[in-house]
Amino acid sequence: MQPTHSSRRILLPVKGWFIAISFTFALFLNLIPVGRMPFLPDWIALTLAFWCVREPLRVGMGAAFVLGVAMDVADGSVMGQHALAYVLLAFAAAGLARRILWFPLQQQALHVLPLLLGTQLLMLTTRMVGGADFPGFLYFASSLVAALLWHPLTYLLLIPQFRPVERDENRPI
Amino acid sequence: MSVVGHQPPPFFKRGPAPLARLVFFVAISLTLVVVDLRFRTLEWARLALATVTYPLQRAGFLPVDMLNDFGGYFSSISTLQQDNAELRQRQLATANLLLRQEHLELENQRLRALLDMKDRQPAEGRVAEILYAARDPFSRRVIIDKGINDRIVAGQAVIDDIGVVGQVTRVFPLTSEVTLLTDKDQAIPVQVMRNGLRAVLAGAGAGSLELRFLAANAEIQEGDQLVTSGLDGIYLPGLPVAKVARVERDTAFGFARIVCEPLAGIERHGMVLVLGKRVVTEAPPPADNEERKDKPAKGHRTRKADH
Repeated sequence: MQPTHSSRRILLPVKGWFIAISFTFALFLNLIPVGRMPFLPDWIALTLAFWCVREPLRVGMGAAFVLGVAMDVADGSVMGQHALAYVLLAFAAAGLARRILWFPLQQQALHVLPLLLGTQLLMLTTRMVGGADFPGFLYFASSLVAALLWHPLTYLLLIPQFRPVERDENRPI
Repeated sequence: MSVVGHQPPPFFKRGPAPLARLVFFVAISLTLVVVDLRFRTLEWARLALATVTYPLQRAGFLPVDMLNDFGGYFSSISTLQQDNAELRQRQLATANLLLRQEHLELENQRLRALLDMKDRQPAEGRVAEILYAARDPFSRRVIIDKGINDRIVAGQAVIDDIGVVGQVTRVFPLTSEVTLLTDKDQAIPVQVMRNGLRAVLAGAGAGSLELRFLAANAEIQEGDQLVTSGLDGIYLPGLPVAKVARVERDTAFGFARIVCEPLAGIERHGMVLVLGKRVVTEAPPPADNEERKDKPAKGHRTRKADH
């Protein structure tokens, strides 16, 4: 059985600068001061999961740690809270990468959802141990929204890797 | 020295094993968490990193500002339409004017209330605007638009025109973070205005406060107003804080469960006043009690004047 990506085109290799830009933009989206809105996804976690699944050799736990510390400072949360959660997310996503990519995009999202929920659960546990109060079950809504965004995000982040469709009769790929 | 051909090709070199890397990063993260929660010694790192990410943070404001401008554009169009209607219908125009006057009057009243508060306090105050609520869902904090550049320091009390809002907990170059009274970690010493009973009011999350460690038979009733007692040396005495909303006396427990509602518009956005740092009178040494009796009662105010 071949991998059933919706697009059967062979992708170009990923550019390092594009990964960096996507992370910067995700951080920018996370920094927009909208206050406490539980339905907004954690863009960094979603982008990190995406690159860890797609490019486990390029993006790993080091990037996750740096982004986590940046989010800790931006959020004003406990230092290391996001870093811990993102590092474990990167580890799990890279470990599951080979499995996840065999599935169509909707089912990939179903794989990513428990990863993101686990990330939030880990942050919740860290803070509850530290003495914070429970923010309500609506807190987990952001992971659901993020999983729904997996499908469009895949196309968005793979745009630079799609090669132009020009068929060469002598070389079919 | 390695012999050529005896080393693995470079594409097999992937650094340490994933599990080893995981253990390494998790160890660092856990250390950070523990150090920040227990010892709170990472504020310098936070300040440095916040300064580095400040341009991005500033850029984060752009969409919000743009939305506001967008709204302003359409409201100005509607104002033009109103002007047209004004020319045609005199009566409508007067109604519109009246409405605006009412709004201005209200605003004037609130600003006056803030100014009056500033006059009454011996300490100086600084008017600041609440920018947004911090994203962290586990705590109740807001960000205001004054920081180190405006000589704000951590620990200053923050009030609005009705009562106490909270306390400055972190200061960045251009913004600072105010922990609201409703935060779970925030406590404030208060006094019941009716009978002078002193207690500690702590945040209970979800927009309410709780009066802790008062005996089940303590003399307190619904509707009692709580003001700061000033015992902590941070809040000036007599600032209104909260109103008792519910008292549950269960004889099975030693303490009464007293739920209070904050008076100030704590969860709303608007203008606040950051009070200057209070100069605390040090406790008199027990030996010269008689000597102090000669001095005026308001010792700290006279001392403040010297500074």
